[in-house]
Formats: sequence, structure tokens, C-alpha cells
Amino acid sequence: MYTLNAMPAIKTQKKAAEKEASVYSSALQIQLYTAMLRIRLFEEKIVALYPEQEMKCPVHLCIGQEAIAAGICANLEKRDYVFSNHRGHGHSLAKGAGMKPLMAEFYGKATGCSKGKGGSMHIVDVPNGLLGTSAIVGGGIPMAVGSALASKIRGEQSITAVFFGDGAFEEGAFYESFNFAALKRLPVIFVCENNFYATNSHQRARQFACKISSSAVAFDAPGVCIDGNDVLSAYKAGKDAAQRARNNGGPTLIEATTYRWKGHVGPDTDHEKGCRPKDELLEWVKKCPIGRFEKHLLETGILDANALIAITGEINSEVDDAVKFAKESPYPDVSELLTQVYSD
Amino acid sequence: MPWTKVYANKAEFEKISAEQKGLRGLTYREAILEATEQALTADKNVFVIGEGIDDPGGVFGTTKDLHLKFGADRVMDSPLAENGITGITVGAAVAGARPLLVHMRVDFLPLSLDQIINHAAKWHYMFGGAVRVPLTIRAIIGRGWGSAAQHSQSLQAMLLNIPGLKVVMPATPYDAKGLLYAAIFDNNPVIMIEHRWLYEHMGHVPAEPYKVEIGKGIVRRQGKDATIVAISLMVNEAIKAADELSKDGIEAEVIDIRSLKPLDSDLVIESVKKTGRLIVADTGWKDCGIGAEIITRVVEDAFESLRAPAVRVALPEAPTPASPALENAYYRGKNDIIAAVKKTLARS
Repeated sequence: MYTLNAMPAIKTQKKAAEKEASVYSSALQIQLYTAMLRIRLFEEKIVALYPEQEMKCPVHLCIGQEAIAAGICANLEKRDYVFSNHRGHGHSLAKGAGMKPLMAEFYGKATGCSKGKGGSMHIVDVPNGLLGTSAIVGGGIPMAVGSALASKIRGEQSITAVFFGDGAFEEGAFYESFNFAALKRLPVIFVCENNFYATNSHQRARQFACKISSSAVAFDAPGVCIDGNDVLSAYKAGKDAAQRARNNGGPTLIEATTYRWKGHVGPDTDHEKGCRPKDELLEWVKKCPIGRFEKHLLETGILDANALIAITGEINSEVDDAVKFAKESPYPDVSELLTQVYSD
Repeated sequence: MPWTKVYANKAEFEKISAEQKGLRGLTYREAILEATEQALTADKNVFVIGEGIDDPGGVFGTTKDLHLKFGADRVMDSPLAENGITGITVGAAVAGARPLLVHMRVDFLPLSLDQIINHAAKWHYMFGGAVRVPLTIRAIIGRGWGSAAQHSQSLQAMLLNIPGLKVVMPATPYDAKGLLYAAIFDNNPVIMIEHRWLYEHMGHVPAEPYKVEIGKGIVRRQGKDATIVAISLMVNEAIKAADELSKDGIEAEVIDIRSLKPLDSDLVIESVKKTGRLIVADTGWKDCGIGAEIITRVVEDAFESLRAPAVRVALPEAPTPASPALENAYYRGKNDIIAAVKKTLARS
């Protein structure tokens, strides 16, 4: 079972969640919970193992933000495309990636999803529609619009979701891309994970209005701001946006507010370095997307304690298997250095 | 082969055309249009995008009326968002399309360098070959009529430093068609830089689709006394220079390198081993340009063949000026190449 020390009920959120929850099947809610927990336990293992220094690449963890990836991706089919950024483990797992090729990539192994050439910032899973993650802020956004354009030109039914942060909202690439998607009514879901920080700079130091979702108005497209730590809100926003995309209704901008528990990069927390206040983290830990939803599942009887233990156990075995696989896998042969610079 | 000949003057082209039946003449611009049209016909995954490509003029005629033939879904005008649109074509390529992106001026391309350098060039390698980027980008060098510093640049050099990119600069209508067709069906990002002043040049071009291999240069004129390696418009200047030098009994070999990356340095080295003298004529600036690269490769692999210091013919170290008086002083051509060849010959 995934547990948090303090989990005070937040009345209004609880009511809303209950109302929303009654609409969704138990199976879906268990799926969403499992998806979030899978991301959390995978990344907590990275936190535990990182000091060994066997994972020789920067890791950007999304602990605390799992509900967004889980809620949005639950609305995507295998054929649908996803683009993501340097903080992309969660999106990849939520879209269906196996843990082994991911973990092996972080260990720089030949069995990694990118054959050891990408590292944690550059993961790919073509069979599940993840066409690559960019570590240039905003860089994946136009590419996502491009895959949606390709779907349209090729007459495919796929839609595309792109995940980016509040920092990427400041990049020209966002506006250029959103305008084009709106102009051509392309099937794209723009998901801005607003965790309020670009590395250590607060959103208020970077943006005057701090109304990311409102920007969609300029493109005559729908923009919604949701509680990104509420997986059912993320699911619902994703469902609406996916339906719109599939029905030729064009793009949607979803701003999902959330909080990154760990530092911009690495397994440590920012208050240890004096970058962000500890109280702020503690407030957000109380709003843990997984703890909140777990409480709801227990209260509504969708899951009992035994079921939670079973789910946690299964995921932990998957994580352990992935670590074993990664550690035992060979490094790429040095001859791989000059392969795949160009495609045949 | 009539296809490989550079016609430095129209009269010569017309003479050959009259002598050899069945040869078809096209301008450089028509050759580009034909390659694009044939690629659109050959593969439904091909699409074309660029600012103003569906204008009545059609990017100096190179995309003229294609939107009428193939529809606005496959030949589309673009918002003025160079980096975004480039990223959109990169994403489309990764998802299975074969985009052709057209920049009316090379100068607009720097706006899209993030997507070209950080994304298009990296996506195949960075993901261990799981994805590929069959993207072609056309960009046109403007020159003259006071085009000045932001509408005339020849920026190929900065693209040559990026593994994962291919860069071609055709000098003839035959190559314009064949290299563009090859680029569109190449599974890598290819940037084709064209020179506006070549657009009216005539050459013989087969009607059927064909590819010119990317990465192969060509000897345009045989000679024993000096090797002139040239690109784009400078190939024509080099041919004119060689013809004039010939009157003085100097036979220059002219190589049209046409593919700058990958670079066919073997062809250059083979020639320099014969001539012992090397001149590189570039449309761009000197520092870290194609001349620097070609000369370095010869120095690395065939230093002993050089009988005189190599010479670069390139733009002076300044942005392009507008005034015709300054513009005339700025650009390099036949006479500069002749002077460079004579300079190498002065040393023995």
C-alpha cells in the first residue's frame, strides 16, 4: 500500500471527487490508481538507487505530478502519439512503456529504449506512440502538431498529446504551434503541467498574468485549468479534449496545476539547497495525487487494503525486475558510437 | 553527357539542343517545380509547406499552381512561424510523412535552427534509430537589387558542423531536379540551398523522375593545371573562368561539389593529386566555410600533392551592403577565380 504520513481530507475536493467518481467505473479508477502508482514507485526506486552512481545521466523526476500523465493517457489509444520533455518518465509509463527498456536506458545500456544513446531525457517507445522526448524547453510542442498534421494528411485516426511545463508556455514555439493547430483544426491535446517552477524560478517571476489556460482564447480554442493533482479531473479534461480531437474539433489547452516534489534535476529536494521553501513542499505533499485517490478508493470500497497491497507488490516486482534487467544488461559496444547518425 | 554540362551561356545550350534531338531544356526553377510535382505524385506522404507557396508567383515559380493540382491539404501556405513550422515538419516526418519545407530566403532559416539542429539532426541517433526524419528543407539565396544584409545570405557553413544533417547546393537544372527528388525520398533531414541567380539557367533535364546521389561531386571540366572546386552559382563562374584561362593555355579542372555534407573529398583529392593546385570558390564567407573544410581535407590526406598554397574565393568579411556601388565590390566571380588560379600558378 502506498501511504503518506498526513492526509487531511479537503472537504470541497472530496465532495467533487465523489461526485465525479460515481460516473466512472471501478475498473477505470483502479486503472488510474495503478498508472499513478507505477510512476511513483518507478521513480522512488531511482531516488533510492541514484546515489550508487551507476545511473550516469541526469534524471528529472515527476514525483508529485503523476495524476496528469495517468489521467490524460487513459484517454489515448495505443495508436495515438505522445510527445514529452526532459521530465518524461511518467508520460512514457502512462502511455504503456515497459519499465525495463526505460531503466536500462538510464543505466546507459544497449537494451535501453534508445540503445543507450539518449539517457533519461531522451526516451522513445514507437509501438506505444511515444515518438521521442525533447530536452529543449518547448521543443516537443511543434513536433506534436506535426504528428497530428501527418495523421490528417495520411488519413489516420491517431490523435496526439503533448506534455510540457509552465516554462515552455513562455517559448515562442508554443504560440507558433498552437496557432497552427488551431488554424488547421489538428487533433492535438496541449497539456501544460504547471508546477509553478522553471528550475528554481517561480511562475510569478516569469509571467505577468499567470493564466496559462486563458491564452487559448486568442486562438478561439478551449482552454481549461484543472487541479492536476486530482486524477479524475485530469481524466475528465483529457476525455473532453480527446473527443474534440477525434471529432475534428481541433486542439485543446489543458493547464494542470501541480507541484514537483524533487529538485529540477536529481533525486534531492529543493529545500535542502535553499531553492524553495520546505513549507510549500509540505503543503503540496498533503495534496499528494496518489494518497488522495487512494483514500477515496478505500472510502468508496472500490479497493480494500489487501487489494492495495497486492497492486503495490505487483508494481514493486516490475520495478525490481527492471532494475535487475538494467544492471545485468551489457553496455553498447563502442562500435555503436557511429551507427545511426544517418538512416538508410 | 549533356545532362552534366554547365551551360555558361544560352547560345551554347541552344546549339547543343538543336544538334541533339530528344533533349529537353528546362530552367532551374522549372526543374525544381517538376521534381516537387513528381514527388507529390509518387508518394501520398509527401507534402509541401512554406510561406506564400500558393501565391500566384509560387516562390519564383518553383511551387506554382501545385496547390491547385494537389489541394491545400498537401501544398499549404504557412503562418510566419519559421521555428514552429520547422518543428511541425520534423514531427510530421517522424510520424511517417515526407515534408518539403520551403524558405523563400536562406535568411529566414536561422529562426528555425533549434528545430533543425536540436531536433531534426538528432532524432534518429538520439533514439537509437527507433525513429527517422525524412525531411527536406529548401532555402533560397537572394542577391542583388539592394537585397542587403538580411535577404542575401549564403549560410550553408553553419549547417555543415552538425552531424545528422545533409546539405546540397545544386548548380544545374539537372541536379536541382535530381537532388531535390533524392532529398525528398532520403530518410534523413536534407537542406537544399538554391541560388536565385540560377533560376533562369537552362539545362537538359530528363522528363522522368530520377535521383542524383547525395554525397557525390562531379567534374564539370577536365584540366591538368589547377583544381577549382565550386558550389552553386560559383560553378558557373568557375566554368567561365576556366574557359578564359584556357585561352592563355591554362587548363583548370572544375569540380562542382554539389553535396556539401556528406562531402565528396575523394573526388577533390584525386584531382589535386593530378593538378597540385587548389582553389575553392564559395558563395559564402571565408571563415570556417566550405573552402576551409575542403582545403583541410586535402592538407590532411594529400598534403604532398600541393605544389602551391590553396586559395579561397569567398565573400569579404562584412554583411551584404545595399548600395550597388558596394554590392558590386562585394560579390566574387569569374575574375576573382582567374586571379586565384594565377596566384597558385605563380608559385612553383
